[in-house]
Amino acid sequence: MRDFPDWIRFPVADRVDLAMRWVLTNMGWFFDWVGDVGLRILIAVERTLLFIPWWVAVIGVGVLAWRAIGSKRSGIAMAVLLFMVGAFGYWPHAMNTLSVVIVAVAFSITLGIPLGILMAWNNSVRNVLTPILDAMQTMPSFVYLIPALMLFGLGRVPATFATVIYAIPPVIRLTNVGIREVPTAVIEASTAFGADRWNLLFDVQLPLARPSIMVGVNQTTMMALAMVVIGSMIGNRGLGMEVLLAINRVNIGQGFEAGISIVFLAIIIDRITTAFARAKRVEVVTSEDDETEATEEAQKESSKSLSDSPGLAG
Amino acid sequence: MSNQSESSGGVQAAPPSSADSQFAVRAQGIWKVFGRNPERVLEPKYRDLPKKELQRRTGCVVGLRDVNLEVKAGELFVLMGLSGSGKSTMIRTLLRLVEPTSGTLHVDGKDVGAMSHKELLEFRRNLVSMVFQGYGLLPHYTVLENAAYGLRLRGDEKAEREAGAMEALKMVGLGGWENYYPASLSGGMQQRVGLARALAKNPDILLMDEPFSGLDPLIRRQMQDELVDLQEDIGKTIIFVTHDLPEALKLGDRIAIMRDGQVIQVAEPEEILSNPFDEYVRAFTRDASPARVFTASTVMEEPEMLLYRWQGPLTARTEMEHHKREWSFVVDRKRVYLGVATRDVIERLAKEKRATVEKDDLQYLEPVKPDVIIEDLFGLVSSESYPLPVTDEQGKLLGVVRPRAILNALSTEENDA
Repeated sequence: MRDFPDWIRFPVADRVDLAMRWVLTNMGWFFDWVGDVGLRILIAVERTLLFIPWWVAVIGVGVLAWRAIGSKRSGIAMAVLLFMVGAFGYWPHAMNTLSVVIVAVAFSITLGIPLGILMAWNNSVRNVLTPILDAMQTMPSFVYLIPALMLFGLGRVPATFATVIYAIPPVIRLTNVGIREVPTAVIEASTAFGADRWNLLFDVQLPLARPSIMVGVNQTTMMALAMVVIGSMIGNRGLGMEVLLAINRVNIGQGFEAGISIVFLAIIIDRITTAFARAKRVEVVTSEDDETEATEEAQKESSKSLSDSPGLAG
Repeated sequence: MSNQSESSGGVQAAPPSSADSQFAVRAQGIWKVFGRNPERVLEPKYRDLPKKELQRRTGCVVGLRDVNLEVKAGELFVLMGLSGSGKSTMIRTLLRLVEPTSGTLHVDGKDVGAMSHKELLEFRRNLVSMVFQGYGLLPHYTVLENAAYGLRLRGDEKAEREAGAMEALKMVGLGGWENYYPASLSGGMQQRVGLARALAKNPDILLMDEPFSGLDPLIRRQMQDELVDLQEDIGKTIIFVTHDLPEALKLGDRIAIMRDGQVIQVAEPEEILSNPFDEYVRAFTRDASPARVFTASTVMEEPEMLLYRWQGPLTARTEMEHHKREWSFVVDRKRVYLGVATRDVIERLAKEKRATVEKDDLQYLEPVKPDVIIEDLFGLVSSESYPLPVTDEQGKLLGVVRPRAILNALSTEENDA
């Protein structure tokens, strides 16, 4: 009596398999096409990354980190971390991993921000999306490998696909939260001056939600990096593959080198994107003196860089 | 849209003096009901029920109940009431920021209720501006961009809208601040930006929803004075919402008093005071004597000089000589009131070679709160040789009340009568 009765069974697994088979037979051409395009993009990005001389990349990352974080020491530290990845002999692998992360994050942002906007605008959309996003984040990440494998076969395209599914929830959620938290006073005032929905979105909601959205982008990026490693189980090369090989050979030294390279990449990406999320807040100037040329210059600078980064809007 | 010439029809029993003037705003039978199926509240069996009974039986809350208003062109019309009286809801219906449940609204001769979405946008962009209690400025725009925002929405070219915004900023005394961001401005200055944004598009009608309520009392009075001056110059129709009777009396050509979503009296300030419609209005105005209406915050002024606690006795002496004063109020870093220092005390401390002025050295004159009515200040002012310090809850020195200011306040009110 304590066991669950044998005669009550709803075999959902069969249905899922059936649906998947239907998709494969009827829409296979579509996924072939998507896979083909995806592969071209991935290879192009990877080639670009490999085309850049290593020392240019190291110096570039150093300067970027220095400018973004605002301290010379951080800049040097980030450059050294990237240098170490190369010194371990994993430069090409790191670039491969990075190319998948870049494509997956770019795709997540282009899809995720509009979805987040819809979610903020419409409560029904939010009510439908919230449980789906919850499920996406709680589902063990390995499960995503199965449909990815079936739709796109082996290689970096299915890995990117699985990565997007795994990494997209934060940017959707935080876009939604950021827009919903825009003070109603600002929305109301802008509406009173005749702003329509698009004016509100581009003039008010997206700029004010920017810090929240950037946190979402940062989280999405970190999750993408974590998933790319798992993606090596379906044939994505790069750093994850090195870890996998080390496991198979029980080679602790190799595992450590590849693992720490991933950590270094993660630190570099995290520090730089976090700094970008925090930066560009409008500086507060309280001086009433006339000697404010320097600060005015700084303000112009910051407002310029605000308008220079419309990547969120599009 | 077709009702432009209706005002001459004499449908309303308007007083003879204003029979010819066009109404800038005319609201007839405006209801606003919050809740599910709000229309049914208008049915005869519900519409006359008191608010609580109605809420119990239908679950709906009445925000506005059959409001009728007529505001003449060029008039400064005040909507006054306590919070929850519907005054803010009413002013929002004029732009349809709140959709009225029923009733007709004519603003500037146009039927606002009948407008399509597109017409409504055009209407908001061109004819009416609003100033908000919470300012509602865009933090990522400069002062200039904020002031120009209405013009940008209207579709003005960049050069044109910046010229218009600059002019409006100069009008509100913010010339030279155009490249700053709102966060670096004080509350009063932010509200000036809000006002400049409203004035920039040169609207026919200006709506102001408790624009000065968030400001310090002295700044607030200054802004009120400036609004009166501005009104003289530009002659806009202004609808001004406030919960503050002195403010209403000071600004309003006419005042409408609201309670529980209804307008219960519309009259000129004098009449409100001399002939309150009912107990509610009477409670507002209490005894009409200005001595009981006006409070310390309405008559207080900036102190002529202030000493800071960390200033030593020698600095203090120099300051006093510079200002030719025999005494001064002393405050700390956060402007918290500490007491009064006289010249004698300072001289003594200087002789003792003390580094700072401490609280124990000072004479402590009991401060008053800003909401104390003038009548209660009489005794205090006359018994002291110093003006009265006015402090807020944190003990911060807001201003000082001089006997002369009280007399001035009382005499101007009587002259007006």
